[in-house]
Amino acid sequence: MSDTPLLDVRGLTTHYVSARGTRVTRAVEDVSFTLRDGETLGIVGESGSGKTTLALSLLRLLPPGARIIAGAIRFEGEDLLAKRESEMRHIRGKRIAMILQDPMASLNPLFTIGDQVGEPLRVHEGASRRGAWERARELLGAVRISAPNARVRNYPHELSGGMRQRIVGAIAISCGPRLLIADEPTTSLDVTIQAQYLSLLRELQRAQGLALIFITHNLGIVARMCDKVAVMYGGRIVESGPVRRIFGAPAHPYTRALIESIPKLGDSNGRLTAIEGQPPDPAALPEGCAFHPRCPVRLEKCATERPRDSVVGDEHRTACWLHG
Amino acid sequence: MNGSRAAALTVAWRLASFRSRLEGLPAFPIVILGTLALLAIFADFIAPHDPQVGLLGERFRPPAWQAGGSTAHLLGTDHVGRDVLSRLIFGARISMTVGFTAVIFAGVVGTTLGILAGYLGGWVDQVIMRVTDAWLALPALTFAIFLAAIVGPSASNIVIIMALVYWTRYARVVRGEVLSLKERDYVRLAIVAGCSKRTIMKRHILPNVVNSSIVLATLMLGVVIVTEAALSFLGVGVPPPQPAWGLMLADGKKGLMAGYWWLTVLPGLCIMLMVLSANLLGDWLRVKLDPQLRQL
Amino acid sequence: MKRFILRRVGYALLSLVVLSATIFVFVRLTGDPSVLLVEPGASKADIDAIRADLGLDRPLLVQYALFVKGLLKADFGRSFYYRTPVLELYLERLPNSLMLAVVAMAFSLVIGIPSGIIAAMRVNSGWDGAGKVFALLGLSMPSFWVGLLMILFFSVYLGWLPSSGSGTPLHILMPAFALGWYFAAAHMRLTRSSMLEVLGSEYIKLARLKGLPETLVICKHAFKNALIPVLTLAGINLVLMINVAVVVETVFAWPGVGRLFYEGIAFRDFPVVQTSIILSGTMIVAVNLAVDLLYAVIDPRIRYER
Repeated sequence: MSDTPLLDVRGLTTHYVSARGTRVTRAVEDVSFTLRDGETLGIVGESGSGKTTLALSLLRLLPPGARIIAGAIRFEGEDLLAKRESEMRHIRGKRIAMILQDPMASLNPLFTIGDQVGEPLRVHEGASRRGAWERARELLGAVRISAPNARVRNYPHELSGGMRQRIVGAIAISCGPRLLIADEPTTSLDVTIQAQYLSLLRELQRAQGLALIFITHNLGIVARMCDKVAVMYGGRIVESGPVRRIFGAPAHPYTRALIESIPKLGDSNGRLTAIEGQPPDPAALPEGCAFHPRCPVRLEKCATERPRDSVVGDEHRTACWLHG
Repeated sequence: MNGSRAAALTVAWRLASFRSRLEGLPAFPIVILGTLALLAIFADFIAPHDPQVGLLGERFRPPAWQAGGSTAHLLGTDHVGRDVLSRLIFGARISMTVGFTAVIFAGVVGTTLGILAGYLGGWVDQVIMRVTDAWLALPALTFAIFLAAIVGPSASNIVIIMALVYWTRYARVVRGEVLSLKERDYVRLAIVAGCSKRTIMKRHILPNVVNSSIVLATLMLGVVIVTEAALSFLGVGVPPPQPAWGLMLADGKKGLMAGYWWLTVLPGLCIMLMVLSANLLGDWLRVKLDPQLRQL
Repeated sequence: MKRFILRRVGYALLSLVVLSATIFVFVRLTGDPSVLLVEPGASKADIDAIRADLGLDRPLLVQYALFVKGLLKADFGRSFYYRTPVLELYLERLPNSLMLAVVAMAFSLVIGIPSGIIAAMRVNSGWDGAGKVFALLGLSMPSFWVGLLMILFFSVYLGWLPSSGSGTPLHILMPAFALGWYFAAAHMRLTRSSMLEVLGSEYIKLARLKGLPETLVICKHAFKNALIPVLTLAGINLVLMINVAVVVETVFAWPGVGRLFYEGIAFRDFPVVQTSIILSGTMIVAVNLAVDLLYAVIDPRIRYER
């Protein structure tokens, strides 16, 4: 449409403060990225790198103790951080939807599928009980659930994990959002069902023209699904750019290590390289570049000075002294 | 030279670790329980009057600060003219001894049977746990009253009754712990090393469940004291004219409708303070010694 | 499922056997049970008749068989004091106990559930702290003392409520509150922890992600789930209330089964005491069994365990 991106995040910083205020965990630190209509952004990182906190920050649904300290989130030109809680509510589920990690636990065990799928419609569009039910049926069909007429009357425990995750997907698209955030939506599914689910997501994305933020630790999925990638480490984006550039010419040693650790088919000779060391404790991040203790090519200043963001190619940026 | 220095260091280290263990010790229950313990021990010296003898002419005297009260009886007198303060002080002795001995008795029996059931398994486990399950189905107070009705009331019988009623709670918790301890490497190692079952239970299992038993005992202390008070209140506990708090409440009923509040409020307050302290201490110990022990 | 039910029923029956054996043994432990089972001042012939009845000259196992046979025929003997079959007396009093328990339960839930929810929604706030103090007091103040204090305040000082007896709705208020007091604290604790668990669940997160108003999240999605364990406990506690009301019923002269039990001791009416405890245990074993089975029916996951 226009030049303004759908989502523009600048310098977003979210910290967890412990109950007594003594421990501060820098879960998300100075994160910036943009997303245009219909684009898919993959956010990659190990557990504890701040991916999920980043996603929840976008919706301002952080757990108690977490707070957005700085930054700006502009969605369709509006500043989300300036909005009142009641205004945020009209954005959640309607304009930005999110799919959680665990499909087995995401549905309320005491309500029928139809009730839960139709709920956003009733809240956001004032649909009648019957109207919502009707739409729920269509939505179940849209996420390829067979016999939707019977399924709406089922309770979650009567359905398989794969089906439940489809239902969570149906809930997400029920109000026709512009942006869908999927937080590791396939990690708890069987591999065969994973593939089905991913192609379903692509299909929905194309059909509705929505933008997708795909959070994962699986680079293989990113390669299949995404236009752009942002690699997170220790709460920061260490490298971002178009998928092809990142996989073709990774600039950051962490990204390189991640890509090398993907098992390749038919490459029986090639060794799998694991990344040495442990992911850092987000409550006690190393000085300088957070990756330096594990970095195979670290320089002296990596331990003391934090690398600046630098451009290494078309829309391809990284924060590493090798390129600074 | 060196040896004594090392010894001194060890002592210092022990002290330091002891102090860190006591860190966060809640002051309130310690002060209350400590005071009650002192009162119980030195009751003979502290109490101004004989707790069991009263003057009928002095009956139903209100506390000293109320009209009609006198400083001779600071907290007033009861229906036969006995000094309430003295009875409360001697009552602490009864509650303390009954409470602690009953809790320890029940703890020793319950822990032993729990270890046997958990470690030996098989029919021993079946027998002990079936009895535990069945006895746990009886409301503690009802069971205690039934037993009291059979063996007759006396302070020492109360202890036996409480132990019979409450050992099951230890047995169940301890058995559960033992079952998980059995799978630990050091216990398996001891088995492989050929230690006898007796040695393993004594040297490897017991020290590891003792914490839970202590936490449970502290939490049970309050329960036992309330049960004792209820038994005495109903007339099947500590026999009159002994100054048990529950018995005082029963006597206090005689002056209740006339508004002699001190006979009802004061003994109950003592019970409440003691139970509250035991509960607070138990909660603290639970967090400190055994965070896993969530149920109970 | 069938095996599970059979197993649970088996355990319950076993518990009843152990219970009856326990009572049988304890009664004989003190020596001659005819001393307990015979009226004070009975003649030698009466004592001999009782002895023959119990079969005291025969082996213990035979005696136990006789005892169980009596129980199975619901023959619990006659009360010395009332001169009627104990079972009749018990059933006559049961409705009063049930009524008291129901009102006490209502008190405990009305106090316990809202305070538990508030404490859970404002963790570590002043509300939560007040809730903790309340729960501790509930566990530390003996119910009969609460009853006595209430009599002192509402009957003696204010003269609003009758201090004892039964008959009018006013009579039930104080005993029910005194009985419900302890349980209110227990229900509050459970509501709080269960609510906290539910509020931390993924489906509550999803409900918020849907953009539901907070009241709908709490009242619809959280409340219903959090209430399940509380209501289960309440079900068990209702039966427990009937059986632990001895002291409260005594304080308020409430004519329930607890008061009957107390009279049994006070008048040395042993058949009443023995029957009360047997029925008490049976009731609780039965309700535990019922809860286990109900859970298995409701929650399909339990069925496949073990």
